[in-house]
Amino acid sequence: MSTFAAVVLFAGVVAYAVLGGADFGAGFWDLTAGGAERGRRPRHLVDESLAPVWEANHVWLIFCLVMMWTAFPTAFAAIMTTLYVPLGLTALGIVMRGSGFAFRKVVVQTDQQRVVGAAFALSSIVSPFFLGTVAGGIASGRVPTRGYGDPVTSWLNPTSVLGGVLAILTCAFTAAVFLTAEARRRDDDELERYFRRRAQVTAVVTGVVALVGIAVLHADAPRLFDGLLSRGLPLVILSGACGLLALLLLSRAAPRLLQGLAVAAVASVVVGWGVAQYPYLLGTHLSIQVAAAPTSTLWSLTLVAAAALILVVPSLALLFSLQQRGRLEA
Amino acid sequence: MTLASLAAAGASSVPSQLLPAREQMAFTLGFHIILVPFGVAFTFLMLIANYRGIRRQDADAMLLARRWSQVAGVLFAVGAVSGTVLSFELGLLWPGLMGRFGAAYGIPFAVEGLFFFLEAIFVSIYLYGWKRMAPWPHFWSGVPVVLSGIGGTSSVVAANGWMNQPGGFQVRGGRVVAVEPLRVFFNAAFWFEALHMLLAAYMVAGFMVAGVYAAGLLRGRRDRYHRLGLAIAFTVAAVVTPVQIFVGDVAAREVFHREPAKFAAIEMLPHTSTHVPETLGGVLIDGTVRYGIDIPSGASLLSGFSPDTKIYGLDVIPAPVRPPDDLVTTVHLAFDVMVGIGFALLALALWFAVVWWRRRAVPENRWFLACTAVSGVLTVVALEAGWVVTEVGRQPWTVVGRLLTRDAVTTTGNLWLFFGATVLLYVVVGAATVYVLRLMRRHWQQPEGNGEEDVPYGPRTRQDAAVPAGDAA
Ligand code: HDD
Ligand code: HEM
Ligand code: HEM
Repeated sequence: MSTFAAVVLFAGVVAYAVLGGADFGAGFWDLTAGGAERGRRPRHLVDESLAPVWEANHVWLIFCLVMMWTAFPTAFAAIMTTLYVPLGLTALGIVMRGSGFAFRKVVVQTDQQRVVGAAFALSSIVSPFFLGTVAGGIASGRVPTRGYGDPVTSWLNPTSVLGGVLAILTCAFTAAVFLTAEARRRDDDELERYFRRRAQVTAVVTGVVALVGIAVLHADAPRLFDGLLSRGLPLVILSGACGLLALLLLSRAAPRLLQGLAVAAVASVVVGWGVAQYPYLLGTHLSIQVAAAPTSTLWSLTLVAAAALILVVPSLALLFSLQQRGRLEA
Repeated sequence: MTLASLAAAGASSVPSQLLPAREQMAFTLGFHIILVPFGVAFTFLMLIANYRGIRRQDADAMLLARRWSQVAGVLFAVGAVSGTVLSFELGLLWPGLMGRFGAAYGIPFAVEGLFFFLEAIFVSIYLYGWKRMAPWPHFWSGVPVVLSGIGGTSSVVAANGWMNQPGGFQVRGGRVVAVEPLRVFFNAAFWFEALHMLLAAYMVAGFMVAGVYAAGLLRGRRDRYHRLGLAIAFTVAAVVTPVQIFVGDVAAREVFHREPAKFAAIEMLPHTSTHVPETLGGVLIDGTVRYGIDIPSGASLLSGFSPDTKIYGLDVIPAPVRPPDDLVTTVHLAFDVMVGIGFALLALALWFAVVWWRRRAVPENRWFLACTAVSGVLTVVALEAGWVVTEVGRQPWTVVGRLLTRDAVTTTGNLWLFFGATVLLYVVVGAATVYVLRLMRRHWQQPEGNGEEDVPYGPRTRQDAAVPAGDAA
């Protein structure tokens, strides 16, 4: 039962990493799109493809928080009291990002757009970085069971920094692939080439960082390293293969296939982390079973998750299909 | 932690984080709650206008619906992100609450998450579906927004009700065991709190929107568009107001029976007695009530329908958990403000009803319009005051009888920095929100462009690529 709850929670983490990640990555491309004149067309594509979905994608984060504090309350408190610096900054970053994005659609003067656009784009990089450091801190076992761990080294350490950088890169990669697909759907060759090039560059950089990361993990988080290279190995390989395939097919495959591959690449590496960590929630000191809430609580969460499956999943599917068929227009 | 704060913590055993944590929680919730009515109830007004627009081929109503949805879109985004901050804060500021009681207290939030999902999804479909969806499917895509708004509100308030009247769990060895989810969710405070909040959301949205159009009418824009905007919003608000007063009265009696400490603070009653007067205004100084106006036996009559009704005073609360005088005064005055505003708005609603009954038209008398123009602000004041009654009235408890606020708070980090950064950011975001809304209005008032065409940065896709957006430098 507790394992099941952990799986549901982790499914939320994966969904947020993929969908929220694609949103964050779009912000990354927004930031790097250059001056107002040059960046106009890519920014416009970012806007059009992001506007209808970002709020729904963002709810996955709420889902993770809520699942965490209900199913694993002590672990939640431990994480929050240890990693409060990056988490607090993430929260503020999310406010900046969401409101900046919403405002940008309304203001029309270029200088104002620049300010709110910059707020949106900058926080799109800051937030995933900090979330990545949080993941690194948890994965490398730096959160003590009773919480109140070191407020600095828990997130300023090799694994966390690796996590942060990888988070930014994978977000950028997924977003670039999504935007390439989006541009193709709109028959916009120029933008398609634009984002394809960026997808290729980030894919290569991500690959290199991931390889360097293996060495970092070996030195800094041996348990995670072992787990990833034993139980997690098939998933890590799968992730690499999907990424590579997406890269190779970037100029040919149907948009939907491309998106699927990018999603699989990110999802499988995150799942790999989960598998490597199992059966522990924090380091090797707090197991899922010990941290879990009473069974009746887990049951009610299961019911909520089932209701979500019945209600939310079809609604999300409706939203995405309307968007991809061009029925939703900013 | 600095040496000084360590010393202070040792002396009073109150963590130095308590004050900034409370300030921050109150500030961010107070901000967030203003946006909530727009996600929950404004969308309902929008659907009424939408329905009318389709059914009666009413172009004015259609335009109202369209513009309202754009306003709702902006406010919904700010509401969502400020709500996310609250979720983080529950852990960052109150780990003692979440770590100890998350297994029970978290359940309503999990249900809330479900409704947020649905709300966010259908808001997007509705908001971006105007151009390319057929009218009726588009209208129906808005209905789940209203329904999930009701569900979401009920769930969050269920969590709050549980803090006031906790139930449905047992604690053994410091851990929550044997949780009964249904009793957690449908706790004793759930029904009246959730209903009261929901009605408050409809009042805020109704009077706020009515106020905007009343201001427009006052400035001489006496067209059908403004009258219709006023009529739709005001009608909803006017219908809800008397119901709200009834529910508030029920809530007060429930609090009298089940939360005597809070009721003593609301009535600002130092000593247990019968024939308790209803004190309007006033302050509590050194345990005695000053400067209030007394209605003889009023409180006893209202709470038990008889002057002999005994009401417990602050004296029955054990000294270590007795709220200080200034806190009691705050709760009492907040209650008076809320109730006062409730009755003032009832009078306004009656005025509207009488004129409508006699003339079948929206009153356009300057006084009525001026009162309506400020009514929206008053509802927000009542909303905030209501939460102050509930939240401050619960102190020093976070979970009544179970967890003191000072045991719930985090004991690490300098929260003043976090608080400062949050205030700064929220002030900017709040100001920008107001600015952006005014900007939208300005576009709409321009004769040629009606604002719907605004796009950030560059040209549009395909069919309307000819329209250049804004004044690109
Ligand atoms: C479900 C949870 C929840 C909900 C719906 C609310 N609150 Fe609350 N509030 C808390 C959860 C909470 C809390 C985290 O549990 C605090 C911190 C300490 C405490 O006793 O309760 C709190 C404290 C707290 C305080 C400080 C009280 C004091 O220190 O004297 C204020 C002024 C408010 N809140 C105001 C609000 C407002 C304006 C709300 C409207 C949105 C609101 N609360 C809803
Ligand atoms: C401790 C208290 C609270 C927490 C933790 C909280 C949490 C949240 C979160 C995480 C969101 C964003 C969800 C999204 O992305 O759509 C949100 C928005 C919302 N909140 Fe709160 N909330 C609190 C208080 C309240 C209260 C008292 C209400 C009262 C009815 C409320 C009603 C809503 C609604 C309806 C939304 C939907 C979007 C909108 O703002 O229009 N919340 N809240
Ligand atoms: C006029 C008669 C009214 C009465 C007798 C009344 C009574 C009460 C009482 C007793 C509470 C405390 C409940 C608790 O702590 O559990 C409360 C809370 C509250 N009131 Fe009122 N109220 C009235 C009008 C209003 C109005 C007009 C508004 C806003 C438009 C409002 C908004 C609130 C809110 C938001 C709360 C806090 C949360 C909740 O209980 O839902 N009230 N009210």
